[in-house]
Amino acid sequence: MKPFDYARAASPPEAVAAVAGNPAAAFLAGGTNLVDHMKLGIAAPEQLVDISHLPLDKIEGTDDGGLRLGATVPNSDLAAHPLVRQRYPVLSQALLSGASGQLRNAATTGGNLLQRTRCIYFQDVTTPCNKRNPGSGCSALEGYTRYHAILGASMDCVAVHPSDMAVAMAALNARVEILGPSGDRSVGLHSFHRLPQDQPQRDTVLEHGELITAVVLPPLPEGTRSAYRKVRDRASYAFALVSVAAVLRLEEPTETDDGDGPASPPKIAEVRLALGGVAHKPWRATFAEEALRGQPATEEKFRRAIDAELQHAVPLPDNAFKVTMVRNTVVSVLRELCGVDQSSGGAGTPASGGEDRP
Amino acid sequence: MQISMSVNGNEVTRDIEPRVLLVHFIREELGLTGTHWGCDTSNCGTCVVLMDGQPVKSCTVLAAMADGHEIRTVEGLASNGALDPVQQGFMEEHGLQCGFCTPGMMLTARALLDKNPHPDDGEIRQAISGQICRCTGYATIVRSVQWAANHPVGSAATGDAADPSEAEEVTA
Repeated sequence: MKPFDYARAASPPEAVAAVAGNPAAAFLAGGTNLVDHMKLGIAAPEQLVDISHLPLDKIEGTDDGGLRLGATVPNSDLAAHPLVRQRYPVLSQALLSGASGQLRNAATTGGNLLQRTRCIYFQDVTTPCNKRNPGSGCSALEGYTRYHAILGASMDCVAVHPSDMAVAMAALNARVEILGPSGDRSVGLHSFHRLPQDQPQRDTVLEHGELITAVVLPPLPEGTRSAYRKVRDRASYAFALVSVAAVLRLEEPTETDDGDGPASPPKIAEVRLALGGVAHKPWRATFAEEALRGQPATEEKFRRAIDAELQHAVPLPDNAFKVTMVRNTVVSVLRELCGVDQSSGGAGTPASGGEDRP
Repeated sequence: MQISMSVNGNEVTRDIEPRVLLVHFIREELGLTGTHWGCDTSNCGTCVVLMDGQPVKSCTVLAAMADGHEIRTVEGLASNGALDPVQQGFMEEHGLQCGFCTPGMMLTARALLDKNPHPDDGEIRQAISGQICRCTGYATIVRSVQWAANHPVGSAATGDAADPSEAEEVTA
């Protein structure tokens, strides 16, 4: 590791001033990604400004009934928080599906959002990579692409964002609160991460010196269910091949049925779907959402909706399977959340509000 | 830079370079070589120590980040000459062969049992899922942790270490 200076900031504005004033400075929180990158030679900051002791570690209710998650809350604490488990099970499930306990104890909310791709070429400093070394080329394009993007990639970069947490937050319409040298701003989670385009070195819209201070989860209407499903090569401690975060609410059933014959399936009042493992950012499946809104909760509608999204997919030589995997995973998650019986294809007894198990 | 921290209950202060990793600080500055240095990429988990009671991978923590915190290493498991039940469990149930992963495994097990004194096998497997053992196939590690869960500190059957003469031998 190259030598660097280390300092603990006394306040968020002091941290921001310190990093903003030095182009070679970086914030340090849990260090689980940055310290690895410094060892591998992917990152070489000359100064680290440690923010892990700042009072950014609270989980607090907001006036409108949402939650504000401090930037330095450890992933373990966030996943275990009673209000997160109760109101936003999708987020707790996503966090617990990521990394391992030992890493979740150190990794933070803000750091999780800022973790960088696990593309093998990005992590191997001996190979060209436009993200690590802009203009050097993309090794993945002619390499092994099983773990790469099927949506929103560019000729400069086909890497995927590795976070589970961020996928859940995208489906929850979270907002990222940012403190910069010239003041505060807030960015929707969906707009926080970038598509690679011709600047894959930029993962997010953050400018140098800007610090994430919190992530705010808006309140969810009564009756909202949510769930996260991650598909990977082994049952734990692996990154997603594909993951799905779904947040939805069904319309109240009407009492028009005469009691004979099968009840008509409830309609989907509101739905948000986000996909992980498929793009340079958590991918909001807005075409699928649009196709589902106001529609009866049936397997056929689920399939048509996700196909509307996947018609835009551009698989690479080694990852065409992801298209099928996304389709099947989305349908499976929606079926479970809507209580759709596989054999009947219509909605039966709705499942409880998302599983809340580790 | 100067850092101070509590390691196994002892206050230590040292001058270090900011780039020193906690695992190297523990092994080389403090001479506590029970903590192992494995993959150096936060994958294998043999470097796990407890920081403020929580298992963390000390190869991905700068020693500077631990300034002011409490660290517990495998050397801090035994107390007053008595093995921790987790250590005894690894002996009783053959939770190790080569022993390389063992310090990290035992500290994660200790933290699990502190939080959840009666975990089921799935919970144990989940807790150690960030740690790699290439010898045991994990089955005996799970049994070792269960042994410890069934013989908590202070129970009569914690092991032979209740015999003071033997206990001294253990710490020697």
